[in-house]
Amino acid sequence: MNWSKYSAPQAFYPLAGRLIPWFSVMAVALMGVGLYMGFFVAPTDFQQGESYRIIFVHVPAAWMSMFLYVVMAIWAGVGMGLNARLSFMMAQAIAPTGAMFTFLALLTGAMWGKPTWGAWWVWDARLTSELILLFQYAGVMLLRTSIDDMRRADRSSAVFSLVGVVNVPIIYYSVQWWNTLHQGASVSMSTGSKMAATMLMAMLIMTVAFWLYSIAVILARVRCIVVERDSLLVWDEKPAVSQEVVEVR
Amino acid sequence: MKPRHKRFAFIGLGLLVLGVATVLILNAFQSNLVFFFTPTQVVSGEAPHGRSFRIGGMVEDGSLVRESDGLTVHFIVTDTAKRLPVTYKGILPDLFKEGKGAVAQGQLGVDGTFLASEVLAKHDENYMPPEVADALAKAKASGAQQSKSLVVPDGRKGSL
Repeated sequence: MNWSKYSAPQAFYPLAGRLIPWFSVMAVALMGVGLYMGFFVAPTDFQQGESYRIIFVHVPAAWMSMFLYVVMAIWAGVGMGLNARLSFMMAQAIAPTGAMFTFLALLTGAMWGKPTWGAWWVWDARLTSELILLFQYAGVMLLRTSIDDMRRADRSSAVFSLVGVVNVPIIYYSVQWWNTLHQGASVSMSTGSKMAATMLMAMLIMTVAFWLYSIAVILARVRCIVVERDSLLVWDEKPAVSQEVVEVR
Repeated sequence: MKPRHKRFAFIGLGLLVLGVATVLILNAFQSNLVFFFTPTQVVSGEAPHGRSFRIGGMVEDGSLVRESDGLTVHFIVTDTAKRLPVTYKGILPDLFKEGKGAVAQGQLGVDGTFLASEVLAKHDENYMPPEVADALAKAKASGAQQSKSLVVPDGRKGSL
C-alpha cells in the first residue's frame, strides 16, 4: 500500500473522515473508564486525602500539552523540509488543542495548589515555563493569523514553533534542575513509578484517552482547514450543502 | 544532496545551535531561577540581605511550637546539614507537617531568625493509600526519621 498518496490533502480528507469516529468512540469510552477508576476505584492518598484525585486530569493534560507541542514542531519541520502543505495544516490543527491542554494543566494545577501548597500560583520554574508554553501556543496561532499570505504564514509559524521547542525539555526537567515548589516526577522512565498501582493505571488510561481525543479533534480540524484553504471543495461525501445552494440559486 | 536534504540539515543545525545557546543562557541565569534557598545557603551568606527571599527545606521533627495566641508559630527548617529557625504568624497550609517539606517567604531577622510572611507546604511525588504508608512507617520505625523527600533534589546538591 502506498502511504505517500495520503500526503495530498485531497486523499487525506476522506481518510481522516473515516478515522474520526473510531478515535472519538475510543476516547469517550476510555475517559469514562479512567475517570471511574480515578474517582471510585483508586485509594485515598496518605497525605493529600481526596484532593490528589485531580492528578487524573492534571498530569495527562500536562503531558499532552508538552507532547502536542513537540508533534506540532515536528510537522512544522517536515513542512519546511518537504514543502508539504498537509504538514503545515497538521501543525496548524494541533495548536488549539495543545493550548487547551496547557490551559487545563494550569487551571487544574491552580485548583490543586491551593489546598496542598496553600497558594493558587507561585512563580517557580515548572509553573512559569508551563505558562510560557501557553504563550507559545498563542504566539503560533497569532502569528499565523496575522499574515495574509498562506505560504509565508505557514513558514513563519513553523520557525516560531521550532524555536519554541527548547522550552519542552525545560518544563520537563525544571523540577530536577532547580529548587521548585512543584514536586518531582512521580512516573518516569528512569526511576519507575512512585504511585500505587491503581492510581497509576487510572492516570495512564486517562493519558491514552486524552491522546485519542486529541487525534480525533485534530483530524476533524485538519478537515476543516483543508476545506477552508482549498476554497470549499468537499471531495468524498456528496456535497449536500453546496447542491442546495445551487438549487436555490 | 537534494534541496530537501539541505533544508532538513539546515533545520537540524538551527535546532542544535539553539539548544546550545539555551543551555549556556540557563547556566548563566542559574542562580536567578532558584525558587528558594536552602538553610546551608542562608548560613553561608548566599541569600540576599535586606530583601525578601524564600527558604525551603524539611520542617524538623518536634520543632513546631505554637504560641498562646494560636496564630504565631515557630519551627526549624533544615536540609539535614544546617538548621534555620522560622517565625510565622498566620494560618499554615493543611499539608504542613513536621518531617515534611515546606517553603517560606520572608526576611532574615537580625538575630538570625527567618521572619516568614507566607508559608507553603511542599509535598512529595509519592502517592499511596494510607494503609501502605502506615506499613512503610512501621517498617522504618526502628530509627531514621528522615522524610523520603528532602526538598533539594539529589542531582542539584553538588552544583549549588
